[in-house]
Amino acid sequence: MSWVNAIVQGVLLGGLFALFATGLSLAFGVMRFVNLAHGDLAILGAFLAVSTTATLDINPFLSLFVVVPVMAAAGYCLQRFAFNRTIGEDPLPSILVTFGLGVVIQNALLERYTADSQGLDAGEIETRSLQLAGDIAVGWFPVIVLAVAVVVLIGLQLLLSRTRIGRAFRATSDDPATARLMGINDRNIYAVVMAIAFGTVAVAGVFLGIRQTFGPNDGPAQLIFGFEAVVIGGLGSLWGTLLGGVILGVAQTVGNQIDVEYDFLSGPLFGHLIFLAVLAFRPTGLLGARSSK
Amino acid sequence: MTALLEIENLSSGYGDFQALFDVDVTVDEGETLAIIGANGAGKTTLLRTISGLVPAWSGTIRFDGRDLLRVAAHKRVGEGIAMVPEGRLLFPSLNVRENLLVGAYGRRPGTWTIERVVETFPLLEPLLDRPSSVLSGGERQAVAIGRALMANPRLILLDELSLGLAPIVVKQVYAALPAVTGAGTTALVVEQDIGLAMEVADRVTCFLEGRVSLQGTPETLGRHQITAAYFGLEQEATESTQESVNR
Amino acid sequence: MSDDTPPNGYRISRTTPESTAGLIGFGLLVLVLITLPLWDSDGSLQTPLVVILYYLALAQMWNLLAGFAGLISVGQQMFVGIGIYSLLQLAEVVGVDPFLSVLFAGVVAAAVSVPVALFAFRLEGGYFAIGSWVVAEVFRLLTTESSDLRGGDVRSLTRESLGGYSLETRTNLNYWLSLGLAVGSTLIVVFVLRSRMGLALRALRDNPAGARALGVEVTKTRLKIWILTAFWTGATGAVILLNTTSTTANSGFSVLRWTALVIFIVVIGGVGSTTGPILGVLVFWLIDKQLADAENWRFIILGAVAAVMAITAPKGLYGLLQRWRPLQFFPVRRRLVATTDGRSTG
Repeated sequence: MSWVNAIVQGVLLGGLFALFATGLSLAFGVMRFVNLAHGDLAILGAFLAVSTTATLDINPFLSLFVVVPVMAAAGYCLQRFAFNRTIGEDPLPSILVTFGLGVVIQNALLERYTADSQGLDAGEIETRSLQLAGDIAVGWFPVIVLAVAVVVLIGLQLLLSRTRIGRAFRATSDDPATARLMGINDRNIYAVVMAIAFGTVAVAGVFLGIRQTFGPNDGPAQLIFGFEAVVIGGLGSLWGTLLGGVILGVAQTVGNQIDVEYDFLSGPLFGHLIFLAVLAFRPTGLLGARSSK
Repeated sequence: MTALLEIENLSSGYGDFQALFDVDVTVDEGETLAIIGANGAGKTTLLRTISGLVPAWSGTIRFDGRDLLRVAAHKRVGEGIAMVPEGRLLFPSLNVRENLLVGAYGRRPGTWTIERVVETFPLLEPLLDRPSSVLSGGERQAVAIGRALMANPRLILLDELSLGLAPIVVKQVYAALPAVTGAGTTALVVEQDIGLAMEVADRVTCFLEGRVSLQGTPETLGRHQITAAYFGLEQEATESTQESVNR
Repeated sequence: MSDDTPPNGYRISRTTPESTAGLIGFGLLVLVLITLPLWDSDGSLQTPLVVILYYLALAQMWNLLAGFAGLISVGQQMFVGIGIYSLLQLAEVVGVDPFLSVLFAGVVAAAVSVPVALFAFRLEGGYFAIGSWVVAEVFRLLTTESSDLRGGDVRSLTRESLGGYSLETRTNLNYWLSLGLAVGSTLIVVFVLRSRMGLALRALRDNPAGARALGVEVTKTRLKIWILTAFWTGATGAVILLNTTSTTANSGFSVLRWTALVIFIVVIGGVGSTTGPILGVLVFWLIDKQLADAENWRFIILGAVAAVMAITAPKGLYGLLQRWRPLQFFPVRRRLVATTDGRSTG
């Protein structure tokens, strides 16, 4: 039974991974931009929530109303005034800038908040659970996270396929020069995309902070999980990101269970191995269309 | 007739390579000007400089009296200029309907709608929900023109419509042109095919190696004149011969 | 591409007056550095220099990978860690002389790099970067969990495993090894660039599709560079352990210490040039001296400078120097030079 439980918990964990990965997937899909600071941004969001909840004495859920707009605005500005200059054929500048940014964020957080573990206290919701069949219980909070992830992904998918600006995203992604002929300001589009990416990763970061304790150096681990979710699910597919997140989540919880029962392997390690397997046998991912080029 | 587009002393190019040398071109409102010339003569560069994709090195471009060089490329649609680029360049991620819709992104007020585009190019009707990547050359050209029309332009730039298309398809495409220009839209047509250009144009300008080599109307320009100007042969371009041109 | 001799009356030259001067200067500097243990009695120069030198080795290798082969790896720490643990096992468990083990550590790293490439080469650009990071993480985790390697504990080289050398001999040997790795890494970059492979690499970096069309075997060329840099990085890892004498999996496979700093050094100095990493390492030395105790600030400042330079000065300090005055300190770039009248006009 504990295996079934592990799988259920894994699916829920997958919701968090999918939420992380959404921004990464969107930025890559529209701009071929890989943000190596993505994980650190999530942690930054969590720390911003720590300060916000402390200063305003509010629940972490409410702090989202502060953290998300602030991060989204930061994302818009960073893209408009810095990252836009790295978009182009050569991947090196964008990798370097975002990698540098990530390191700066990590160490700035260390300076400001020290290396102490932090947590976000969301109150009762963290411990309330729902009894499912048999002895499987799911916490309300993980269900909320998965639900939010699904809602965000549906929202983005609708944005892309049904709205004027969604068409602009797709057109710019195909051909920025011709998009300009349509009246689309590609510099602005990229900035809006990054704002959305920063906003979603802020939500993911706050949820992470509620779920577990965290510290300034936890960014890279989250980047890796988000990246694995994207690759497993398939580059260029938002639904792939959800699927990839779920698969990774299940891999980690099952790996944990293996560790518990056989004292061998571990959650994250099993996730890495599944990722490597997908990379070896199906490099374009399960739902992927494009190559990673 | 008032001049809608006035280009004076325009020079531009790519990197170190200069493609246009001090070019003067004027287009009056409502007329169709054809620009002919061999490959590499600078015709496409001219259109791309007008639409803003290629920055001008020197000179002026005035559109309805306004200095266009101060206007960023993505804002020129709002001014009333739309381009059908060489090679069609439809967006592969968008289906036909969405390609047309994105043409209207600039939200310029006007009478062009998807329905009117389909009236003008009936072949598009069954294709609206198809992905643009599965279309034939002629169908793509229709979509590309339709996409530009959706921007309700005052000036439409058509770059090498006949390129890569079978002659019969080209005929169909050009047959639809009067529906576009008949409503008063000014058109700047770049064409390698002299015959086609002469058929649709009110005036013709010939480019040679980045410079204007000949200007005139289809009625007054003789075959030999045009050939000389097109290929840069050392023949004196005689003015206004009454030689009848093969129409 | 069979006949690559230049047209009549021309020859290909790689030397300029500055490059000859640069080579001579470099040679003299190396001689001075070799003799350093003899005249630096209290070791005040030698101690920091060892660190600078092995960072230069790591930097030149990353420079070769990212700046020339287009393989932007954020996972080179895996080879440092593999080098460290190979040395540890060879010296402690097998009993091989630790200084000899440096060579073997490099071989192990090179061997491991091949299957890694099987996975990693399926990705490109930014995703290759993260992918290489993931593989490094896998190695870190495996090392931590392995009961043989015991990466979760601090492991040190014992006096026996250090081969019974005196402290002074050991310190000097460490130093000379570091110097050898640093000088060697620079020479490797110079030789690769001068070779046909270097031409292929440059073409590859600028335009992989075009290079492929011309017959450059992209994957094979990249693989060769990947294995070479893995070997050298692994050997450097071993030397790092000889210097620090103790390690954990987290420090041996640390992305911050062995990759972030290295990347910042190369970016600040100048990616894609031979001199760049040397300049970068000097900047690092200066900043490190000032910020010896403030490790966070070291990363913040270097990271911020590197990030800004990646946008505003993509060729680093060397690039800025070139803009001021185009000098070439190493004879790597090819120029067409007229020979008809005996004078070079390149």
